[in-house]
Amino acid sequence: MTDAKPVLHLDNIVKTFPGVRALDDVSFSVMPGEVHALMGENGAGKSTLMKVLGGIYQPDGGAIYMGDERVVMAGPLEAKAKGIVFIHQELSLAEELSVAENIYLGELPRKSFGRVDWGLLTEKTNAILKKLNVGFDARTRVGDLSIANQQMVEIARALTVDAKAVIFDEPTASLTDAEKVVLFDVISDLKADGVGIIYISHRMEEIFKITDRISILRDGQYQGTVNTSDTTEESLTQMMIGRKLDLSRNASHHELGDVALEVRGLSCGKLYSDVSFQVRRGEVVGFYGLVGAGRTEIAETLFGLRDAHSGQILLDGEEVRINSPADAIQRGISLVPEDRKGQGLVLGMNCRDNMTLPQVDDLTAGPFVAEGAEVAIFDQYRDRLDIRTPGWKQQVGNLSGGNQQKIVIGKWLSMHPSVLIVDEPTRGIDVGSKSEIHKLLRELAAQGYAVMVISSEMPEVLHVSDRIVAMYSGRIMRTFTSEEVTEDSLIQAISGLGGDKAA
Amino acid sequence: MATLTKQQIGSVLAKQGILIAFVIFMIAFTIANPKFLTMDNVFSVVRSSAILGVMALGVTFVVISGNLDLSVGSMMSFSTIVVLDLHDKIGPFMAIPAMFAMTLCLGAFIGFLVGYLRLNSLIVTLGMLSAIHGLTLTYSGGQNMDIADKEGTWFSVFGQGTALGIPVPILIFIALAALLGLTLAKTPFGRKVYAVGGNGTAATFSGIPRARTVFFCYLISAACVATAGLIQASRSLGSQNTVGQGLELEVLAAVILGGASLLGGSGTVFKTVIGVLILGFIQNGLLLMGLQFYIQFVVTWVIIILAVWLDIAAKRGKLWSAIA
Repeated sequence: MTDAKPVLHLDNIVKTFPGVRALDDVSFSVMPGEVHALMGENGAGKSTLMKVLGGIYQPDGGAIYMGDERVVMAGPLEAKAKGIVFIHQELSLAEELSVAENIYLGELPRKSFGRVDWGLLTEKTNAILKKLNVGFDARTRVGDLSIANQQMVEIARALTVDAKAVIFDEPTASLTDAEKVVLFDVISDLKADGVGIIYISHRMEEIFKITDRISILRDGQYQGTVNTSDTTEESLTQMMIGRKLDLSRNASHHELGDVALEVRGLSCGKLYSDVSFQVRRGEVVGFYGLVGAGRTEIAETLFGLRDAHSGQILLDGEEVRINSPADAIQRGISLVPEDRKGQGLVLGMNCRDNMTLPQVDDLTAGPFVAEGAEVAIFDQYRDRLDIRTPGWKQQVGNLSGGNQQKIVIGKWLSMHPSVLIVDEPTRGIDVGSKSEIHKLLRELAAQGYAVMVISSEMPEVLHVSDRIVAMYSGRIMRTFTSEEVTEDSLIQAISGLGGDKAA
Repeated sequence: MATLTKQQIGSVLAKQGILIAFVIFMIAFTIANPKFLTMDNVFSVVRSSAILGVMALGVTFVVISGNLDLSVGSMMSFSTIVVLDLHDKIGPFMAIPAMFAMTLCLGAFIGFLVGYLRLNSLIVTLGMLSAIHGLTLTYSGGQNMDIADKEGTWFSVFGQGTALGIPVPILIFIALAALLGLTLAKTPFGRKVYAVGGNGTAATFSGIPRARTVFFCYLISAACVATAGLIQASRSLGSQNTVGQGLELEVLAAVILGGASLLGGSGTVFKTVIGVLILGFIQNGLLLMGLQFYIQFVVTWVIIILAVWLDIAAKRGKLWSAIA
């Protein structure tokens, strides 16, 4: 590989946004026929780098080379014309159109008078689909395909241009194991054709299976490139987070209190079934599983957003019916939702108003909102959670992810709940805030809160939980104490392999 | 001297464009006709804007909650016809509460459809625009409605009376603006309206009753429409079935001119009042310049387009953009 020219070389790329240096002198290159992984935590700059490469952002410094030639990506179309193709995590297909129309969107073959040449279109499309060895044809409506097959359509679209480099952004996020095998086959075919591949993923297993080299970003800075065969999971993690991963287990040293929340035989159609567990005061119970395992749906049921079909919910030993979020809040249940921007915050509102939103009816002086009391609450939780904002008037949308999440947490702590449910508490936030939030969750347990943590990150679950509930496909597979849990047994349990069913 | 880049100019235009345009209009009108900025004329503009203004106050709530109300024009016709008809049948003292009750029922129906059934407000209120018109015509049998004894009724006070030298419609407008302004800016309900319009899902996740909040916004809108109908009926003491026709768009124009976003979550009562006045002055200015009355329909349309464009441009900081 040493004598070949890189298909793509990024040289000292700099990109700044107001207040943030999103990319700070990042360089890396992709050789022909290489699968090059790009790793880093959320917010490390991977997406920004790819947007620079795709012509969506213009870099403030540095240059992009293809072969020997310096190129400027003025826009997405130009990047595509130069042979740089993106397979996005979120698919961008027109569901109502056929596979062929999607693949050649904007470039449909024409006959006279601008009529579409359907024959040629179908023929060309089927030729590509045959190469990908997929089980559908050019006329299939895209909306009828599975997510995996839709992704194949995106890949087929990539193959219509003379691709020099293909970027896969978390391509396996929603694929089954069998579908992954097909995807990896396609990737190795591309590789054999001398295409350079950038592979963005958090999944170590895949990284070690299919990549040749790995480049790591942290906080917008390039940390280095290593050969996949020369590295270990541990050293990669260390490069990504800048220190040894604190995997220490944090079983509570304090006495646990009474059972605050108990769920018995809760079922909701296909989403989850026969779910039973307890959370005691002073305890953090982690819920671990794959996306779609039913964890968020259980949280939504407990918060009054979704009806269970059968089963019981008991608070402090007493059976309750929770019909609405207002009900849940009144009974002392709080939910820090999974989607911070979509569900947690009104981004156009200021920090104070967001934080006091659930209790605005109670914070009144006569008919009006007692703004002084609101500011006092905001100040109290700003100090306690170390929220960094110029003041309460700041629009929440302008804060960093970590500070936004602290506003959501503050919002619920100020309600003094007895059961606190947090769903993906550190998704998309920086490392510093992440460990602060972990510490906070432990502290809250020590103060007697019953805490449910739903997370898809194993280190996080292991780090904060006293007990871990492993879920697979809507069922609890096994409950571990923090002493007995191992990574292997946890992975087995959430993949539906082995693990005796016990709750 | 710093030179402004094209982008900066675009951004300033986008944010302040409507004010700049207004100032230019005002100056041009004043030069064209010195009568424009006299006290008499200003007073007359405010008075003739009062009906539109009262309706715009209610629609402000609806728009901030993230919805539209295109039914207010035909709902106003309905209120006017009903109160005039009942005036002679059961007397003004009973006619007014009866008309309010009927109009509020219409508002509650829309609020139920949009709030609780979560139907698209554009479709619902566009349908209601036509349905209420039909209801009005059915009620009146298509006849104009007139009060028999126009000289002898105290009912004319709402539209024609004055108190402390100020016309009553203006007083009603000011009082209602103050009441609703405080409600929106200072009460828990007002806060919920902003939350529901800003991010309905997040509001739900914070325990805010989204459906009920939207429902009450339509109820407030209907109450404002009923008040506007009362002023209209009282001023003319007789009316056609189509008296409010087209007002829905003018009302919406005024609300958007004031800076409320059609996407919901932003806007204030005060800004809407400004929007109403801008619209009133522009229409009045066109008349004083000797343009035909009918031209104002075209101008209103142009202003709506301009306002919507600037609203979106302000969001993206550019006058034009291919994405978002």
